[in-house]
Amino acid sequence: MGEFKVHRVRFFDYMPSAIRTMAFNSQTERLAVARADGAVEIFNFNDNFFQEKVIPGQDGRATEALCWVGHRLFSAGLNGEITEYDLENLRPQYTVDAYGGPIWTISSNSQGTQLAVGCEDGTVKIFAILEERIQFQRNLNRHKGRIISLCWHPSSAQIAAGMTDMIKIFDAETGHATRRLLVDRAMGASKNKEVVVWSVGYLSDHTIISGDSAGKVQIWNGLTGTLVRTYLVTKWDVLVLSVSKDESSVIAGTSEGTVIQFQFISSTVDQHDKEWVRTRTFRNHSHDVSALAHTDTAVVSGGMDTQLVVRPLLDKVEKNTQESALRKIAFPHRSLVGCAKKAGLLLFQFPDRLELWKLGESEGHVCLMYPYFVCRFLQGEDHICCSALSACGGWLAYSTVSSVRLYRIQYNNTISINKVGTLARACSRQPVHLLCASDDGKWLATANTDCEIHIYNLHKMKLHCMVPVYNSCPTTIAIHPVTNNLISVHADQQIFEFSLVQKEYTQWSRRLQAQGLLSLWLERDTPITHITFNPKNPDHIILHDTYMFCIIDQSLPFPELNAVLWNQMTLKSLPVSQRIGQSHAFKICKSFQHLMCVSLLEDLSLVVVERPLLDIMSQLPAPVRQKKFAT
Amino acid sequence: MVEHGDIRVVHCGGSKINFRDPVITHDSRFLLCASGEAVKVFSTSTEECIHELRGHTGLVTGVLLRPSNHLQVYSSSLDGTLRLWDFTDGILIKVGQRFQLVAVHLPQSGDQMVEAQELSAVLSGVNPNPAAIAFGRGGEFIASVNDLQLEVYFFKKQKSYRFFLKEDNKKGGWNTFTCVACHPKDDCIATGHEDGKIRLWRNFNHKKEYTYSTLHWHHSTVSSLCFTPEGTNLLSGGVESVLVQWRYNQESERDFLPRLGGAITHITVSPDGSLFCTSHSDNKITIIQSCVKVSAVIQGLVKGDSIRTDLMMDPRSKALVLNGKPGHLQFYSLQRDKLLYNLDIVQQEYIHESGLQQFEVVKAAFDASGSWLATVEERHQKAAELELNLKLWAFDEQTQSFVLNTTISAPHDAQITAMCFCQPTDSQTTLLVSTSKDGHFKAWQLAAPAHTEDEGPSWLCDFVSAYHGLVPECCSFSADGSLLAVVFQEVVTVWSPSTWELLTTLSQPPGAVSDLCFGRLSCSKYLLGTTASNLLCWNLLTCSLEWTTSMDVRRLVADPLSENMAAFCYQSGSTDLFVFKPSEPRPLFSHKAVCSGKVTQAVFAPREEMLESCEESSQWLNRSQLYFLTHFSLITRFLLSPLKLVIDDSVAMTPFYLLLGKHRQQQQETALPQTSTSLLLLFFPFFSQLLQTPAHVLPSTSYLCSMFVQSLLISAHAEEEMESEKEEEDSEEEMESSRSKPELAAAAATESDTPALTKAQARELRRVRKLDHSWLAGLLDS
Repeated sequence: MGEFKVHRVRFFDYMPSAIRTMAFNSQTERLAVARADGAVEIFNFNDNFFQEKVIPGQDGRATEALCWVGHRLFSAGLNGEITEYDLENLRPQYTVDAYGGPIWTISSNSQGTQLAVGCEDGTVKIFAILEERIQFQRNLNRHKGRIISLCWHPSSAQIAAGMTDMIKIFDAETGHATRRLLVDRAMGASKNKEVVVWSVGYLSDHTIISGDSAGKVQIWNGLTGTLVRTYLVTKWDVLVLSVSKDESSVIAGTSEGTVIQFQFISSTVDQHDKEWVRTRTFRNHSHDVSALAHTDTAVVSGGMDTQLVVRPLLDKVEKNTQESALRKIAFPHRSLVGCAKKAGLLLFQFPDRLELWKLGESEGHVCLMYPYFVCRFLQGEDHICCSALSACGGWLAYSTVSSVRLYRIQYNNTISINKVGTLARACSRQPVHLLCASDDGKWLATANTDCEIHIYNLHKMKLHCMVPVYNSCPTTIAIHPVTNNLISVHADQQIFEFSLVQKEYTQWSRRLQAQGLLSLWLERDTPITHITFNPKNPDHIILHDTYMFCIIDQSLPFPELNAVLWNQMTLKSLPVSQRIGQSHAFKICKSFQHLMCVSLLEDLSLVVVERPLLDIMSQLPAPVRQKKFAT
Repeated sequence: MVEHGDIRVVHCGGSKINFRDPVITHDSRFLLCASGEAVKVFSTSTEECIHELRGHTGLVTGVLLRPSNHLQVYSSSLDGTLRLWDFTDGILIKVGQRFQLVAVHLPQSGDQMVEAQELSAVLSGVNPNPAAIAFGRGGEFIASVNDLQLEVYFFKKQKSYRFFLKEDNKKGGWNTFTCVACHPKDDCIATGHEDGKIRLWRNFNHKKEYTYSTLHWHHSTVSSLCFTPEGTNLLSGGVESVLVQWRYNQESERDFLPRLGGAITHITVSPDGSLFCTSHSDNKITIIQSCVKVSAVIQGLVKGDSIRTDLMMDPRSKALVLNGKPGHLQFYSLQRDKLLYNLDIVQQEYIHESGLQQFEVVKAAFDASGSWLATVEERHQKAAELELNLKLWAFDEQTQSFVLNTTISAPHDAQITAMCFCQPTDSQTTLLVSTSKDGHFKAWQLAAPAHTEDEGPSWLCDFVSAYHGLVPECCSFSADGSLLAVVFQEVVTVWSPSTWELLTTLSQPPGAVSDLCFGRLSCSKYLLGTTASNLLCWNLLTCSLEWTTSMDVRRLVADPLSENMAAFCYQSGSTDLFVFKPSEPRPLFSHKAVCSGKVTQAVFAPREEMLESCEESSQWLNRSQLYFLTHFSLITRFLLSPLKLVIDDSVAMTPFYLLLGKHRQQQQETALPQTSTSLLLLFFPFFSQLLQTPAHVLPSTSYLCSMFVQSLLISAHAEEEMESEKEEEDSEEEMESSRSKPELAAAAATESDTPALTKAQARELRRVRKLDHSWLAGLLDS
């Protein structure tokens, strides 16, 4: 496939933000994840856990809790405001101040008519959910101490509220506290330290489950107010609980990074008296697990170590399938790196700033010029949504929720020009998440989260055509500079090539669909996030995901279904004459890991931007101390 | 003892009591455990053995209380029978029918056998370890683990569920099942695993929705699990020798009972839950009161991985001494079949973890009076130098125990192969000789303190010597301490301990001498040695080989109180025993197939009072008893008993007898005046030459061999020689075919016809033959 000079870039010190909380909507199979910087990400569990929407954060917006009400997403944070998000325009729709100090928790009743928030001043405030907004309805009886956690009874008649040292059960009608469950403090030296009930669950049989800062998961009878059972699961805090939909299983996340499952099991085979039993322990995190979601088939957890882990429950899924594999989502499913192919510039996008770097030069093993830092663009309160760098390196554009900015770069001399152009609005309701223009400036392709791809003719400034809708969301699109074909890769790893001129799939694409991709390719668990082309050889398409990059040679045959996908080593060992028979279209390179970007410059040198996970781990704060055997 | 006493082999103790899990009776007063071919009933409070339920003819493989009558107990055995006992009186009540145990691959444990017919159909591929099977709540299901599979069979539904684990997880743990226990009230199965995890399985009546939780405290294999009768606690144990008590449903709370002394192999709980009982790998049963206090310890003979020190008798306590617990010497009372005490030799904490190289006691020796004990401990680590310590212990009269006198670190550069004390009758100085693989042997002597008065006398090296760079294998002092024999591979060197002068060397190629023994009392002029194929006897007065016989002697033991020697020789899978006096050609006693397998350890234990037995064949047992260790680690002894034993005829015709017989023939002939001596010399001119020449001046064996063969050939012209050959042929025939007497007589008759021999000579020969067989006849008659 040829040799490339490689710029191995490791100076992109991208640091994902810790996961603060998450909420799962089982109707739409969407997971909303709130990060510590205020960003909210929406993952589609039906479509290979693809991160379809990102609402950028904002300084000072610390989201503490998320809550789905139907298709609407609410959040509340320590700034004391309740926010509803506009999931079409990917921005907060409105905020309502609860006037109760910082809000720790938010919870909606099962009918989706009322929203309860727990405030620092000890009030539980009920808001009515109206069509376009929410409206304050009433306060429940106020008590001393902050409300840390809330949970509605499925009948919406009671609310359980976790506080310091106790759990209170409120009658939602009258607003009076009907029961007070006192939670024991931790044993030993920390006896004087008050215990915080970090999370409560209220089941339909009036069982209350609580997790507290003393490391206990306790099961209470909510009718009598008695403690049924205590499980001491950790020496540190139990931070979060999540109940499965059928209420047969509860998971608890701890500061030690473990997730512990409790199941409601009949103690003897024939009888029906069931009890809660601690069963499995999942250990996928190194730091606090502060967010948990119990889906029907999996345990989703996230925390301080910034990774989202989807751990399938093996008793709920078929064994040895793609579904049963553990998934760790560490990087965003979009490209954060821009590359000026002619100028050799790299643009790194951080939530609050952009950095521009010049690539180094070398000849042989002699380094002529080290890569150096060009400039930094600091963004204010609103965080950056996306950014782009022109191929010549002269233009830089980025956008926030509220504005688009364009810069002309003349080294060390930046001019800011605000220029907003409008295109004909397409008939899509969903936000465009991918945008791609052809090199000749004639075509513009957009993709949105409804899986639609629209092609615009920029010369005529109108919609040219629409690519047939595929049922998986495109993760990246690109227009070939020579043939003007649109290449799209989808969340299920399928690759399509669409001819813009003929307005149909190309022969190559049809052949690929007819033959099918190898299962090893289809089972890759990170999406393809970037496509680039070889300027010297138009047959070559270069694409990458987090763990590999691949050069697809359109002139070579596709691999047989039983062929070996990674065959570079075997090819190397074969004599040249036999290589042709063995080689196929996919050339995969795994020498670079945790890729953020792979791009091919004009001078045919490859730019590989890596962000090793170990570097990210080393920048995290130290985890809680745990006794390790033999240390 | 008894007039018609016969000698038979008796398993007298030291059998494993940790082979299967013990049983505590309902009233918690007795503990029953399988011990060899018997079931022993111990008192849980006094640790005493109350009854021994004997009757099985095979290894007892399981003990179980009868559910309907808790004063009765079932036992199962490898002999294929189930027996029902009344253990309070020690009476056999019933012998059960035979099951084809091995054929259906069921664990040989009592509880499984009761339902053998049923089970043989429902479970296959069962682990032979009974810990791998357990009955669930009220006997509704049975759980069996094997390798990576847990199988649960429900009797009512007649349905089985199987659950598999992955071979190993990413963190390097091994998931192989080792044991299983079922909760008595709930449907919960606890399984132990090789990586130290315990899994609690629930919901196992579903193919898919089963679930388990994992408990992890043990760092290596969980060897035993047990629920308490009410199911409130789970007990687990492993090689850490810590009993862990987990609260059921509150598993983060656990109690530990550490330092139980040996890896835990079984855990049982008394039916009322008040007593726990753990079996340990060092043949010990510990009785624990409610997981807090060890109330009793029943200690059997500790069988280490190997008995590296030989069996010894402590001259004072008359106890058997061998290495037991790691780093300890155990003193074991043979009379009471009970461990007296352990002497900590290494004096270091033993770390209970497999795979560690730790100090081991490898050699020990007592002096004749029992006032000194010498021990050698070594630690041999890979890629590290050998660590050796020679310790000398003095017996302290006041504390009645051994006190460390001298520690000599690195006494030799390589492993010590043998060690013995000089046994002087009167001399004040005690001498210890140690031989090592570094090619030296050293003599150590008790020396008075040089400078300070505070210190008592300590041991110093007195003499170092080597012989041609050969490795000394064993050493021995003569009974009076005037001679020291050290074996350097094929050469036996004899030294004078007083002057350290090499007196003589004895050699009998081929084969290195592996065991060496001086004769005692009247036979003290003889020195016996064994090679891989021969038993050799040298006469120290003539410095020549007195006699030799070809047999594979594995162990040669001398009785300290008499001239008798016992030789264990290994032949075609079993071990034969011969007891003989070095001066006498025929064995006092011989016993074929004493046991199967090899016997490498044996010892004569002196009797407390002498027996008056007139029976010739059993006189050797009058003063002392012979104990030996079989590979089951059972101590076995020879007992005089009125029980008649049919002795096979073939016993008489062993090579031992034949060669000794021949030797005796020679002796008889030498005793006769000139004629027979000349005859002998005439018969064996070459042979006698061979025997009389000192071994180290002999030509090479290949040369000797051709000469020897030539000498055996019949030369056609010499009639006299032919006669002699005929004579020899006869004796050869005797060796091979064990001819009966009439035939021999006939042969003799034909001989007498030949004119060359005189009548007197022929008569003499016949007499010799008759003499040879008289002892055999005696044996047959008795």
